Amino acid sequence: MTDKSNSYNKSLLNDAGTRSLVFQIVLLAIVVFVGYYLFSNLQANLANRGISTGFSFLNEPAGFPVLIHLIEYTESNSYGRAFLVALINTFVISFLGIALATVIGVIMGLARLSNNWLVARLATVYIETLRNLPLLLQMFFWYFAVLAALPAPKNSFIFADFFLNKRGIYSPNPIAQDGFGIVVTGFFLSIAAAIALIVWAKKRQTRTGMTFPAYWASLGLIIVVTFLALAVSGFPIEFDLPQKSRFNVTGGMVLPPEFVAVLVALSTYTGAFIAEIVRAGILSVNWGQTEAARSLGLKDSLTQRLIVLPQALRVIIPPLTSQYLNLAKNSSLGAAIAYPELVAVVMGTTLNQTGQAIETIGLCMLVYGTLSLSISMFMNWYNKKMSLMER
Amino acid sequence: MAIEFKPSPSLPPPVKSVGAVAWLRQNLLSSPLNVFLTFFSVYILYLLIPPMIEWGLVNATWSGSSKAACTAGGACWAFIGARFEQFMYGLYPPEETWRINIAAILLIVMIGAFAIKTVNKLYLSISIIVVYPIIAYILFAGGSFGLEAVDTSLWGGLFLTMLLGIIGIVASFPLGVLLALGRRSNMPVAKSVCVVFIETIRAVPLITILFMASVMIPLFLPDGLNFNKLLRVLIGITLFSAAYMAEVIRGGLQAIPKGQYEAADAMGLTYWQSMILVILPQALKLVIPGIVNTFIGLFKDSTLVYIVGMFDLLGIIQLANHDANWLGTTIEGYAFAGFIYWAICFGMSRYSMTIERKLETGHKRN
Repeated sequence: MTDKSNSYNKSLLNDAGTRSLVFQIVLLAIVVFVGYYLFSNLQANLANRGISTGFSFLNEPAGFPVLIHLIEYTESNSYGRAFLVALINTFVISFLGIALATVIGVIMGLARLSNNWLVARLATVYIETLRNLPLLLQMFFWYFAVLAALPAPKNSFIFADFFLNKRGIYSPNPIAQDGFGIVVTGFFLSIAAAIALIVWAKKRQTRTGMTFPAYWASLGLIIVVTFLALAVSGFPIEFDLPQKSRFNVTGGMVLPPEFVAVLVALSTYTGAFIAEIVRAGILSVNWGQTEAARSLGLKDSLTQRLIVLPQALRVIIPPLTSQYLNLAKNSSLGAAIAYPELVAVVMGTTLNQTGQAIETIGLCMLVYGTLSLSISMFMNWYNKKMSLMER
Repeated sequence: MAIEFKPSPSLPPPVKSVGAVAWLRQNLLSSPLNVFLTFFSVYILYLLIPPMIEWGLVNATWSGSSKAACTAGGACWAFIGARFEQFMYGLYPPEETWRINIAAILLIVMIGAFAIKTVNKLYLSISIIVVYPIIAYILFAGGSFGLEAVDTSLWGGLFLTMLLGIIGIVASFPLGVLLALGRRSNMPVAKSVCVVFIETIRAVPLITILFMASVMIPLFLPDGLNFNKLLRVLIGITLFSAAYMAEVIRGGLQAIPKGQYEAADAMGLTYWQSMILVILPQALKLVIPGIVNTFIGLFKDSTLVYIVGMFDLLGIIQLANHDANWLGTTIEGYAFAGFIYWAICFGMSRYSMTIERKLETGHKRN
């Protein structure tokens, strides 16, 4: 009996530890071998095709225009500069998209929960339609069907100093004049004062129980101080107004149709997903919480703000994070309608011109990886902060 | 003589609290804000619905051979009719499209056979997963059994969309299960390989992976060994959605109480037995909505192949929009594509709800 169990124990074939060790060694060997095999093929292929590796191409002149550039850029600038321009475009569209999608999502999520039958139905139709259509289709729809159907510049729609036509939305462009520094200083000082006011109001409330409408007061403070600073320095802003010539609109600030289409498509699409997340979050808060708050005598607005929302946010934040990440990654679809973001400029034009496939694709993946990581790190921090309220 | 107690009949409830009037008062006009919202919504509907009906139905043109036939000012559905074949099969030679139809009918029949009680489900599953793809491949690609060879670059339209969707779904699911199990494994090497793979894929957009598949893979293979672009793109899509699938399934695995793992071990089941017989059936059931959402995502994301130069349903419509005979029919094309995508995705999400209800075994603690 003892002999048998001993021999059983000694059998390496059936020992869990040994088996897992062997399996892992084999797996590691396969990974290393495949990696080595691919890498050696890569080197051979690059040598065959005469492609030099490295990032030196970033210093060479790009020689292609980039339609939308928020920093100075001309065709004679380097690939590195073009990369930077594209990076900024990606960040801008992601940031604006996230902000807009959140607003749309919250409104639609609340609307779907509304006790108004018609509003709830309309929100449901919006959510179910947009969620079930490919984003690329929606982007094409906005760009090729809606914005391309706008009139030519000479027949622009005109609202005051705003022009709307095929080439985009034209609006007055504010240009800072001498003395604008005073306004900026005044603005930041008023924000600092507002923060101090809110802190003071909170302290006073914990000490004495007396409330103070700190948020309204600080909003008023910022507006009044900034306006005063403007008046003192003699309104140092001039507007570059868009002018309509015979066949075109010149001057002013232009939002090109590519930008508008990507922004609208991204924010309405992601908004539909966020709406469902918001709805699920609010439904997850027990109805008893609302009843308890009411029986304490809280107004409906306070019930929502102090009781329901903080608890709902805990459910909402993790999936919301992944939607934000999705939006940032989906901004790469702008490449399909020539919005000059990272993929279009780096993996499109730069790759075509230089042939540096590994470097350009690697660069893009690195940027998106960093972007994803930083958004998820920020949201994890925020999530931790919110979940501290748990007892 | 006893006096019989006769209650007088109850009065009918007040008009305000029953019927349509009560419903209106409760659901549409309960507060000033609601009254405003109701009228606002009605106004929006008034702005949207009548022009859409007028454009899409009343003033629409249903047949014709070019844009010039569409004179009514409404939608030009003739465009869809004229290009229907192409939207379905892409650039596949028209005289060979019967092969696609036969393969599609065969698939529907085989799946429909699940409903017949006398059929052996195991054999049927095996024949769908193993035999059917071979038959379908022979039919689609041709080149044998006297069938004319059709290059994969000609495959397109709804056919390509369904091909990408179905193969992607069927292949990414088992891969996702393996990755999820690997990530939960206590073998450090297996775990780190899975974590690195999943997190890398999830950090980047699908479009970079498709570019990698179409531009970079040839660089990593030895000279002379090169495979089809369609296959490369399929691998890219499958790997991409497998990483997302893995995270969904991991959620299900984590939700299974430890007692289940321990009980399976105590029964003397091996790792694979305990996973396949005990853990996975429970875990997968929990995350059906997540799994189906990943499927829907994959189906929608298959439109991205257009960016790397393949003509799926959306791509072929995009191509047809540039036809000089049919300029200005973009909205009709997108409406047609949108209807198909919407019907399939919405159908999948509703079907997942049905499965969820069917598999609900009532272990929920209420």
